Amino acid sequence: MSKRTIVPIGPYHPLQEEPEFFTLTVEGERVVDIDVRVGYNHRGIEKLSEMKTFDQSTFVIERICGICSTSHPFAYTRAVEDIIPVEVPERAKYIRTIIAEGERIHSHLLWLGLAGHFLGYNTVYMWAWKLREEILDVMEILSGNRNNYAMFKPGGVRRDIKSEDIPGCIKKIDSIVPTLNMLKKAVIDDPVLHARTKGIGVLTKEEALNYSALGPTSRASGVARDVRKDSSYGAYDAVEWDMIVTQNGDVFDKVIVRVLEMFEAVKIMKHCLLNLPKGEIDLNLKSIPPGEGIGHIEAPRGETFHYVRSDGTNRPARHKVRAPTFMNLPTYKATVVGETISDATIILAAIDPCYCCTERMAVRNIKGKKLYTGEDLVKLSQEKTEKLRGKR
Amino acid sequence: MIYLLYFILYGFFLTAVIGLVASWIDRKVTARVQYRVGPPVLQPLIDIVKLLGKETLVPRGASKAAFLGAPLFGLASVMLVSTILWMNNINTQNTFLGDLIVVLYVLTIPSISIIMGGFASSNPLASIGASREMKLVLSYELPFVLAVLVPVIHSGFSIRIGSLLTYQASNGVFAGSLSGALALIVAILCVQAKLALVPFDMPEAETEIAGGVLIEYSGTPLAVYKLMKNMLLFVLPFFLMIIFMGGLRTDGIHLLYGVLKYVGLVAIITVIRNTNPRVRIDQAVRFFWGPVTILAIIAVILAFKGL
Repeated sequence: MSKRTIVPIGPYHPLQEEPEFFTLTVEGERVVDIDVRVGYNHRGIEKLSEMKTFDQSTFVIERICGICSTSHPFAYTRAVEDIIPVEVPERAKYIRTIIAEGERIHSHLLWLGLAGHFLGYNTVYMWAWKLREEILDVMEILSGNRNNYAMFKPGGVRRDIKSEDIPGCIKKIDSIVPTLNMLKKAVIDDPVLHARTKGIGVLTKEEALNYSALGPTSRASGVARDVRKDSSYGAYDAVEWDMIVTQNGDVFDKVIVRVLEMFEAVKIMKHCLLNLPKGEIDLNLKSIPPGEGIGHIEAPRGETFHYVRSDGTNRPARHKVRAPTFMNLPTYKATVVGETISDATIILAAIDPCYCCTERMAVRNIKGKKLYTGEDLVKLSQEKTEKLRGKR
Repeated sequence: MIYLLYFILYGFFLTAVIGLVASWIDRKVTARVQYRVGPPVLQPLIDIVKLLGKETLVPRGASKAAFLGAPLFGLASVMLVSTILWMNNINTQNTFLGDLIVVLYVLTIPSISIIMGGFASSNPLASIGASREMKLVLSYELPFVLAVLVPVIHSGFSIRIGSLLTYQASNGVFAGSLSGALALIVAILCVQAKLALVPFDMPEAETEIAGGVLIEYSGTPLAVYKLMKNMLLFVLPFFLMIIFMGGLRTDGIHLLYGVLKYVGLVAIITVIRNTNPRVRIDQAVRFFWGPVTILAIIAVILAFKGL
């Protein structure tokens, strides 16, 4: 049993479909060491951002991640506003908060489904993703897009929320709460899930602090760390909500933190939609003076940090991005070693490593002729949005 | 000569057809439970035919004979079991002393062929899968044999499948008694593990070891494995039907009952697989050697008391 073997996960993860490489050194079924390699997919997005104007950068930055596509523009716009410095109008703050929380719900649902898939529980996987469609519909009504909402710009938001859209959204959000409750029960009460996740991949409070873990990963280990509370931004200080903190740091607690956070997000989103203040949504910034600014926000996976330096031109002179997974990834070393191979995948998934996925599609008939061109697809999707808005 | 006919007609063709249909039902029900559309009826067959046309790759460093022989070995054993079961079911006189023991033995060969194929493919993930399959076989065989003992005790220590059937035809099915029902529950759990379906699919665990034992298989050998699994989905519930539920009778209304029994067993297996996450191998071993074996022993004791 003492013979050591290498079990590779990657360099292209069979499930997470992104390039990352874990080398598990195992004795029998037990993992004794792990080597984590990332950086197989360098896209030079910081450099790209420096080649665009401040306004255009928002769109580039949005494409860093397909799931938390709002967190990066949010942090970036806050960094740019920090250079001047200005405060955005109240209404814009509320709209930003609504979009960010909607994204948190869909991101956590996506993760919950994947976690189920990793455990071989495909029913949870499909149900969570079905439920996620509802919240994506809400986002489509509000912004016109399912992901990559393009709502942010330095100095405010790009698009207003129409007051006639709000009741429909509230109805849709309310309708997901019972199903969320059911999902919560299914996850929390399942004895087999308990057996699989409790006491597995424990990240102690000390280790969480040493590794500087962020977001749900740290909050599951009893570190009460949340940018929304610690240095409040947007409309978060105007809403009553609780930070979810659990103490055990195992996979089960990471599930619980994310599931309960969805309920808080629903609360925040509803409050903001109902109490949306009147007024401007944009400051119409004309120029950015020379200087440096930082922006950090609580993305679904943890703190996203952006640094922007301006030299007085219309482009950022330097733009630095740090995504939360960068900090959470090294905690694998503390959590995986000593566990079995069966648990390794779910432990690796428990920090919710960030995805970068976008897809293009073309519909062809059997003879290979294109049925839809790009413009047709755009038109189709716009018609669908209009239908959604009409239905409410 | 008549046996060869049985072997090909019933053992292979009929079993394969029913197995493929059962596999389609399983996939379709799973899809509907998960808000998906699900595959068309012919999909399981299409999968296998498509695989037959693909290139067969043998990994470097693999033992070629064992690697390619293992799937055939497994398929042949499933066909053999199926032939014995059909022969007994069609004519209960068509039985020989100890065929129950033969069936029990031969039913472990598919698992052994998977272990063989896994170790022969010289891939660390396949080796892990094969070692898991081995642990799984060790864990479920004991309660499975204990559960099969219950009908044997009830029928006055007969180890002919044919006489188990005649006994049930005149005295009612074994599943009707308390011990028989307990043994049936144990046997269904063991069948779930024999079929390597969730929650006991760790030898293949797609999300952990990327297909495990089957990772290096492609083309025809993979098609043979898939066919073997589909046929097992018929053979194992059919075995349970014969020893616990009076088998499949073709006279009038009993044919409908027989079909319902089979579909019911497949439905139970599908429901179990859709409402559970995968367990770890150590948990599975503990589960089978702990509660399941105890349940099986209780069933055996009750059977001795005549309950």
